[in-house]
Amino acid sequence: MSVVFERPRLTLPVGERDHVLGPATAPVTLVEYGDYECPYCGAAHASVEQVRQVMGNDLRFVFRHFPLSQIHPHAYQAAEAAEAAGAQGRFWEMHHLLFAHQDRLGLRDLIGYAGALGLDLERYVTDVRGHAHADRLREDFLSGVRSGVNGTPTFFVNGIRHDGGYDAEALLEALRSEL
Amino acid sequence: MSDRSHERNDALPAGTLAPAFELRSAPDELVRLGDFSGRRLVIAFYPADWSPVCTDQMALYNEILPEFQRLGAALVGISIDHAWCHVAFAQSRNLHFPLLADFQPKGEVAQAYGVYDDEIGMSERALFTIDEEGVIRWSFVSPIGVNPGADGILASLESMPAAQVPA
Repeated sequence: MSVVFERPRLTLPVGERDHVLGPATAPVTLVEYGDYECPYCGAAHASVEQVRQVMGNDLRFVFRHFPLSQIHPHAYQAAEAAEAAGAQGRFWEMHHLLFAHQDRLGLRDLIGYAGALGLDLERYVTDVRGHAHADRLREDFLSGVRSGVNGTPTFFVNGIRHDGGYDAEALLEALRSEL
Repeated sequence: MSDRSHERNDALPAGTLAPAFELRSAPDELVRLGDFSGRRLVIAFYPADWSPVCTDQMALYNEILPEFQRLGAALVGISIDHAWCHVAFAQSRNLHFPLLADFQPKGEVAQAYGVYDDEIGMSERALFTIDEEGVIRWSFVSPIGVNPGADGILASLESMPAAQVPA
């Protein structure tokens, strides 16, 4: 079947707009489309953290939002919370907190996490309640749809969709093959 | 996993008039192709409610529904499941588009569109976009275990001439 179907490519290249961990000069870029309320993404988060440790400066990691809000009622607002924290320079801290508390993503919880991070709460709540980052979330989502993201999590390794597993070992194998 | 569909693709091609249908979306609700006349329609034939790939595919389309609507298109899913089964499946997945029961005679509409698999007794995983005049503009058959995603549907809708918007 792989003969019939070429693996889809990332249609929106990684750029200034993205949340990035790791050096821009890294030989391998891993892009994840994920949903904070999706249990599979929670499992993948742990794998990604392991992989980042092992790969060090050889890896650049990018996270984009793909909330399936009709199945996961808190996913969209959690993504807004991550972006609202990002607007205050704290995207990744919030990202880790959200995956650490996947079963506590109500608005009160989200405000609690912002408080723990010492964010400007008024600005944060205004952003989340006012959907200040809706355009970006839509761009993330549609870029995923156009790149062959059919569910979460979906990974791209150097711009090509990774169709294998997302345990740390499988990801490492795919990433190392690019070195 | 079979990719027979690629060896034998009888799906009605672009340019064909879409065969009419009248199917139940609920035990007391009929949906006809004619209901969509003057609008664009996306039809997603799929093998069965509840199966893992179908569930992902329908959940994805459910999320993308506003984008289909922005491009002037409605969406229906069609499988050989009974209307009662569709109702339960749609409720459990919070689906906001109708699932139509190609149940009696079984698979008749899938046959008409050239996407019924006699061996498994279910429709193939097939997509059609239909324009305002009821003409098929794009069709695609995916291997049964592969979620075709929505890129092809969006590309087809975007390539259609702009809808005549009433003044």
